[in-house]
Amino acid sequence: MNKKIPFNLAIIMLILPCLLLIAFTHYPAVRALINSFWNNASSRRPSKFVGIENYQTLFEDDRLAQVMFNSTIYALGTIPVAIGMAIGMALLVNARLPGTWLMRLSFFMPTMLPMIAVANIWLFFYAPGIGLASQILSLFGLPPINFLGSTETSLLSMMFVAVWKEAGLFMIFYLAALQAVPENLKDAAKLEGASNTHVFLTIVFPLLRPTTIFVAVNALINAFRLVDHVIVMTHGGPNNSSALLLYYIYEVTFSQRDFAYGATLTVVMVCLLGVLAAVQYWLLNRKAHYQ
Amino acid sequence: MTHGLNRIMWSTLGIVLAALWGLPFVYSVWTAFHDEVYSANFVWNAPLTISNFFEAWKAAPFALYFMNTFLMITIVLIANLILCTLVAYAFVRYKFRWSGFLFALIMVQLLISPEILIVENYLTLSRLGMIDTILGIALPYLTSAFGIFLLRQTFMTVPISLDEAAQIEGASAWRILWDIYVPLAKPVYLAYALVSVSFHWNNFLWPLIVTNSPEVRPVTVGLSVFATVESGVEWSLVNAATLMTTAPLIIAFVLFQRQFVANFMRAGIK
Repeated sequence: MNKKIPFNLAIIMLILPCLLLIAFTHYPAVRALINSFWNNASSRRPSKFVGIENYQTLFEDDRLAQVMFNSTIYALGTIPVAIGMAIGMALLVNARLPGTWLMRLSFFMPTMLPMIAVANIWLFFYAPGIGLASQILSLFGLPPINFLGSTETSLLSMMFVAVWKEAGLFMIFYLAALQAVPENLKDAAKLEGASNTHVFLTIVFPLLRPTTIFVAVNALINAFRLVDHVIVMTHGGPNNSSALLLYYIYEVTFSQRDFAYGATLTVVMVCLLGVLAAVQYWLLNRKAHYQ
Repeated sequence: MTHGLNRIMWSTLGIVLAALWGLPFVYSVWTAFHDEVYSANFVWNAPLTISNFFEAWKAAPFALYFMNTFLMITIVLIANLILCTLVAYAFVRYKFRWSGFLFALIMVQLLISPEILIVENYLTLSRLGMIDTILGIALPYLTSAFGIFLLRQTFMTVPISLDEAAQIEGASAWRILWDIYVPLAKPVYLAYALVSVSFHWNNFLWPLIVTNSPEVRPVTVGLSVFATVESGVEWSLVNAATLMTTAPLIIAFVLFQRQFVANFMRAGIK
């Protein structure tokens, strides 16, 4: 085994598939970096080298500042809540209570739906007057809230949708981790007179740590990668209050046709994800160190 | 005794939470199966109807959209299964210079997925003249880092002795792949196929950018075009269309629930 690969096999097995991957992952990333130093071509003049001009624009762009602020709030708000919900759901489903099938179905269903369908369902749920959300409010005699139409609530409403969609998926990972917790550990602790809460905090929770790291990293990538609901529900509005970074890239590039600035924003996004990956690596390494 | 009370309490809490969690979906189902007048008006004996589904089906070319999604998923899935198998096999069975570096390079796609790179990928696609084609939607997804990773992990568990025995019998590299490695990885192929199909069925942003005409639109983009409520479409129709386009996935989930869950768990353990 582990022979040297013959040349003709290498071409078929590696070069062809990898070229495809590189053409749509590495090439565009490098290309974005190059294009970020050039301006847009027009019918009258070709594009010309402008140095760091596009990057200077980044710092003067008030909308970008708003978008970065939104993305940070969105990530910091949705990830811990989704993880907390997922742990709670997994504990409930794992406890073999009556009605478990209903819980599993209800918690996992949103994960199966396309984000675009989720967005439609919630668009209706939030609809002023007709939606269930405003009907519930009026049932309690509260004034109606224009969830998606006001700058104070639009981002929060989107975060709610994201948690609803993602918590069920994370629940599955925690369910797997919970089932791997050795029963005899828990039994031993209970014999010593530990309460359920105590068993969870001192035995189960530390064992869930690797799962939490994995889930957190995935949630983070998803928080930046998935903007379908923003496109469908608010178009980033009102007043950019619910615009996220990838949505902004989409709008700058394909509505304003500013490909040069779109490339610059792509570079920002790739760097951001790179830094986050480095943090992940550091976290995982630290864990290995303690073992 | 307190133990039993505790269980009842937790069970009630779970069921209430499940009911609340399901509320937006149930509301959508209610509206889809009732006449427009009942869409915000709960009368327990309101007459059920499926006419919304017929009307929505007629109002937009959903049959065409389903066909496009089906074609696109088929292209991606077949390419994924073949290409990921080849790469994974090469990494497990052979040694070559730069193999570690190449593997790291491939894994970059897990972090920087094609969705992030829409700007430059769009330019590449338009240079190739493949904007507004189904193959164009599929192109960035033909090789998948996740698939390569999953299959490499699986192929590494194939016993070396099996491979060596086949070599002594004079089997070629292709024969060994087909007769030994692929059959042993069957459950992984099935699980990967399920995840891949559901991912590409749900994919929206990239197809939205690449397609302009109904002839190539997948079902997600078709739904978003149809369901622009500002254009005056009734809520009951929007909800019916939303359910209709997700029904195949929900049915598939019910049928393959075990594999779905098992695969998600396996991905989590990596």
